[in-house]
Amino acid sequence: MSTVTDSAFGGGRVTILRSRRGWAALDLGELWDYRELLFFLVWRDVKLRYKQTAVGAAWVILQPVLQAVVFTIVFGKFGHLPSAGIPYSVLTFTALVPWLLFVNALTSSTRSFVDNQPLVTKVYIPRIFIPIAPVLSGLVDFTIGLGVLACILAWYGIVPPLHVLLLPFFILFAILTSIAVTLWLSALNVRYRDVQYTLPFLSQAWFFATPVAYSALVFPSHLRMWIGVNPMAGVVQGFRWAIIGHQAGQVGHLMLLSFGVVLLLLVGGLEYFRRVERSFADVV
Amino acid sequence: MSSEPLVLRVEGLGKSYRIGEREPYKALRDVLTDAVTAPARLVRGPRRKKASTEDRIWALSDVSFDVRRGEVLGLIGRNGAGKSTLLKILSRITDPTTGQVTLGGRVGSLLEVGTGFHPELTGRENIFLNGTILGMRRAEIGQRFDEIVEFAGVARFLDTPVKRYSSGMQVRLAFAVAAHLEPEILLVDEVLAVGDAEFQEKCLGKMRDVTQAGRTVVFVSHNLAAVKSLCTRALLLEQGKLAFDGPAHEAVERYLQHAGGARESAVVEGDALAARLVKSKVYGDSPLFDCTRIAVLDETGTPSVSFRSDEEATVAIDFTVVRTVPSLRLLVTLSDANQTIVLRTENIDDPDGGAATRLEPGDYRSTVVLPRGLLGDARLDLNVSLIAEVNQVLDYAGVAELSFRFSGHGANARGKAYLRPLLPWQTDVAAPVA
Repeated sequence: MSTVTDSAFGGGRVTILRSRRGWAALDLGELWDYRELLFFLVWRDVKLRYKQTAVGAAWVILQPVLQAVVFTIVFGKFGHLPSAGIPYSVLTFTALVPWLLFVNALTSSTRSFVDNQPLVTKVYIPRIFIPIAPVLSGLVDFTIGLGVLACILAWYGIVPPLHVLLLPFFILFAILTSIAVTLWLSALNVRYRDVQYTLPFLSQAWFFATPVAYSALVFPSHLRMWIGVNPMAGVVQGFRWAIIGHQAGQVGHLMLLSFGVVLLLLVGGLEYFRRVERSFADVV
Repeated sequence: MSSEPLVLRVEGLGKSYRIGEREPYKALRDVLTDAVTAPARLVRGPRRKKASTEDRIWALSDVSFDVRRGEVLGLIGRNGAGKSTLLKILSRITDPTTGQVTLGGRVGSLLEVGTGFHPELTGRENIFLNGTILGMRRAEIGQRFDEIVEFAGVARFLDTPVKRYSSGMQVRLAFAVAAHLEPEILLVDEVLAVGDAEFQEKCLGKMRDVTQAGRTVVFVSHNLAAVKSLCTRALLLEQGKLAFDGPAHEAVERYLQHAGGARESAVVEGDALAARLVKSKVYGDSPLFDCTRIAVLDETGTPSVSFRSDEEATVAIDFTVVRTVPSLRLLVTLSDANQTIVLRTENIDDPDGGAATRLEPGDYRSTVVLPRGLLGDARLDLNVSLIAEVNQVLDYAGVAELSFRFSGHGANARGKAYLRPLLPWQTDVAAPVA
């Protein structure tokens, strides 16, 4: 699509539609024009999330808390995993909050095109919003999770270091990681429904590959940075570094590696998405 | 030609689909098999060209036209002629394969009523959600909110979840939102097919207002009367090609003529039958059956398309079963020029019709008899569908045009009516009123 002016059209700006091939840039102007739609899609998701549940919005708090309790009992008591003098539940919960943002985004975004078929086949909207909206709506749960985390820190009397002020940066990183991965998965799922069936297994494997229920210190120090190949390891370690401090492990190289991977995933994901998006309406 | 500026220009537009591309989805297994067999192919010789011309069907080919501001353009044609494909390209849902479209303004498309409506959300919430999906700004929706609510007549239920609405109310609300969209170019597909007559009239009125405000409408419909009354100009599409572009009433006449003229044959097979195929879906591996021939026969078994109302007409459907079909549903309808279905009959209606019979591979013929003394003076399209529930659907529309001529006794033998069954009449002397 391109926009030019044409005198036969009264000299106004015109839009040209034709077959698109090859590289395509993201049309940011168009996304901006439709920004209210993104807001409404996110709002719809949030609004519908806990309809028809007995405890309603309480699930937002219950989910992470229950999971942290399970981890504390299973790994903390029986696993004897090193936690560098930090209470095990603090170590886990700090990682669990961004992890849940990621894994919830994965489950809801991957199916987003299948669940919103009419938005693809019956109307034109910037389709990239469809997988992004569920990621953003997860921020509501995420914020409440952070609140619960603050309470836990207060309970143990842990004061975060000054560089906790960098946390927003890591939050942004968590969001970008989620978007990068879900762009791939949601687009692949349009053509290969196998993706949604692989997902439970994928997210479980990913969970164990990420130092959520254990500390990154279990890895020998010379190998530790390489777990950054998994960008969620970067996110989780970044959160721990910002909230708990250096005892949770150094993050420098590991973070850089994760950034690189997310950047690749994101650019590649956008490009892949733009390419296959053209045939979504014919395939979904 | 009017001196109004152009708002839409379509040049050499074409859209092709690979056969099978519209299947529900592709399994990873297929890709893996491809990948595994790929080395073998390298050894055996160069890979077959990815999509040879036989593998592609052109839903639309080489369509060109211009639309000026304020025009109301009708789009008519049989099912499968490419009308919906054209609208989907114009509304940017799908990309064209060849050619290009130039749009001189914001496009609003109404291919479905209520896209994005969520049953759990209230009427108020859905108005905003649906409005933004259609491309409106929140502020715009806010300004027109009262008008929308009034047009839909749902003021009392604004804060009730839409799932508690009657289907009529849902449709009214959805159309109301769309009708208050104010794009330069409005694309409308068959929305008038919904709702009661009164509401349809209201919608037509709204569309007239829209065009009087100088906006452009492209309108797809099977309702030929609506096309004639609303549109200044119409395009007739036939098998993906532009067959006529001119005044709406002429386009409608041509459509009706062509519809009749091309289908004098009472035996339809081969390419002619394939041309009538409007929907073909295969789920799973490969089709279970194929339809080979559809014929209309008179009482002597001779093919014919014109009947007297006191004659029987037999529709014979020949098909080949390739793999065992657990049960085959057959459906025959007769419809008039406005696509209104006048008669519908299915083999499952008849307990002895064989619908539940398991069919082993082989050739079969199913017949249904349209009895004498049922139809009046009418020219009706014959449509046939074959459905094997979990595997395959074939829909043929306008297979043949059947004409029936009423032949009764008495003074007024003629008299337009689709149905003129022989019904028992009786006149008695009434008992005197006490």
